[in-house]
Amino acid sequence: MEVKAPTGQPILELRGVQKFFDGRQVLKDINLSVAAGETLVIIGGSGCGKSTLLQTVIGEYKPDVGHVFIDGDDACCAGPKDLDRIRRKFGILFQSGALYSSMTVGENVALPLREHTDLDEKIVQMIIKMKLELVGLRDFENLMPSQISGGMRKRVGLARAIALDPKIVFYDEPSAGLDPIATSVIDQLVIDLRTKLGVTSIVVTHDMKSAMRIADRVAMLYNGEFIAVGPPKDFTNPTDPRVRQFVEGLADGPIPLRVSKTDYLTDLFGAEAGD
Amino acid sequence: MSNLSLARLLERVGAQGEGLLSYMGGLGFLALDTVKFGFLGLVVKPRLKPDATFFQMVRLGVRAIPIVVLVQTFVGMILAFQLSPVLADYGQLDKVATVVSIAMFRELGPLITAIVLTGFAGAAIAAELGTMVVGEEIAAMRTSAIHPIRFLVVPRVVACVMMTVALTIVADIVGSAGGGIVSRFILGRDAWEYYHTITDSLLIKDVLTGLIKSGIFGFLIVLIACYEGLGVSGGAGGVGRATTRSVVLAIFLIIASDCVFTALFYFLW
Repeated sequence: MEVKAPTGQPILELRGVQKFFDGRQVLKDINLSVAAGETLVIIGGSGCGKSTLLQTVIGEYKPDVGHVFIDGDDACCAGPKDLDRIRRKFGILFQSGALYSSMTVGENVALPLREHTDLDEKIVQMIIKMKLELVGLRDFENLMPSQISGGMRKRVGLARAIALDPKIVFYDEPSAGLDPIATSVIDQLVIDLRTKLGVTSIVVTHDMKSAMRIADRVAMLYNGEFIAVGPPKDFTNPTDPRVRQFVEGLADGPIPLRVSKTDYLTDLFGAEAGD
Repeated sequence: MSNLSLARLLERVGAQGEGLLSYMGGLGFLALDTVKFGFLGLVVKPRLKPDATFFQMVRLGVRAIPIVVLVQTFVGMILAFQLSPVLADYGQLDKVATVVSIAMFRELGPLITAIVLTGFAGAAIAAELGTMVVGEEIAAMRTSAIHPIRFLVVPRVVACVMMTVALTIVADIVGSAGGGIVSRFILGRDAWEYYHTITDSLLIKDVLTGLIKSGIFGFLIVLIACYEGLGVSGGAGGVGRATTRSVVLAIFLIIASDCVFTALFYFLW
């Protein structure tokens, strides 16, 4: 299924992306375009290819087939210099926050500024305070990442991701391991970034509540391909049984969490037992 | 031997050989990138942060001073103890200073310091970078267009090479002094005589060959540690394996390169 941007020039586009690991196809012909200022939420169960998709988009993996265009630039064919230029256009919130553990919270936020701009140190300090204020952690500037909670680390990660005011922000499981209040804070930040600054957000999550709150469009990935795309309201009463099982969180359904009885017996006793 | 087991043996040898070649290739590329980014950062576009390098120098080198001083003093003392009976047999007890100082400056100063630093700095670097890989810090850095080699490896390489050489100078001096302690208090010889014998017999070549070797050892220690650290996969177990491998491999390569360079200096200088 193709996930087309609703209007305008797409800021992010994947054309026919395929990715294999040890001969196993993890991404099957992914076509995706995201319009500027849009919030696209990609949902899907564990192992469906969500993380691989995100890693491919941010350039950590090269697709085996296909292309990734970010703001018009082909990230797959870019040399190291161009790739660096492309990477400055987006920020990423990693699942664990991925803060630099040897630096303070403030230094974490300041690093992209110090590395990529020639801003005066006074201005850098101001930006640190502004970004930390945005995520509600202004007084935590001088603490080390090990001294703050997991949720706070994620918020600092977000402050760092938006330090350079990127056009696109990627979120890898922003609500994983967070309490409901911290999740809402992050959700509200995603919404604020879009409404106030026009930031495009691509959020990979399996938290349906959060997806419904923030998404302009939701796309469900299953077995390395998109099986449903549409506005959040399409996902409130889905017709596809696979989407319904995921959205409603049912143990039984077409998406197998456990192996079938036949496969289980084959696994235990060899090929003849399964027959 | 059957054809099948011969084929298996060849396969295994081939796989090991391929693994070794790809490892050496990886180290070579890391070394090239380090030199490239170091040159760019120092000369073309001076962005190398002196703070980061200074921090690493303190952490990897300055904090190792007590252990290096202690170890090398003992090494100097052991040398004097071991050599004095042999030299006494030949009536050459006054040569203790010469033998101890030449052994320290040419060989044991650089070698023992490098081995101590492999445990002190190499293991720390491998574990630190490995933990950063596991915590997605390196991925975060790369995707923020901050090159980990420029940002993390270059300061560590500069600091480790400089501090290995600096600590070797310290080691040479305290090692010779250790021999002096034995010479003065056990063998009952004059301390000034010991000192003057060293200054008279030691050649500039003895000092320089030792220091050149120590620079090479420092480079090997840090390069292997960075390569192993950045190549970690598989969580905490991977960090442990990388740390062990970096220490074992660095010690092996230090001794092997010591043999090569000592032979080179023997024939050429």
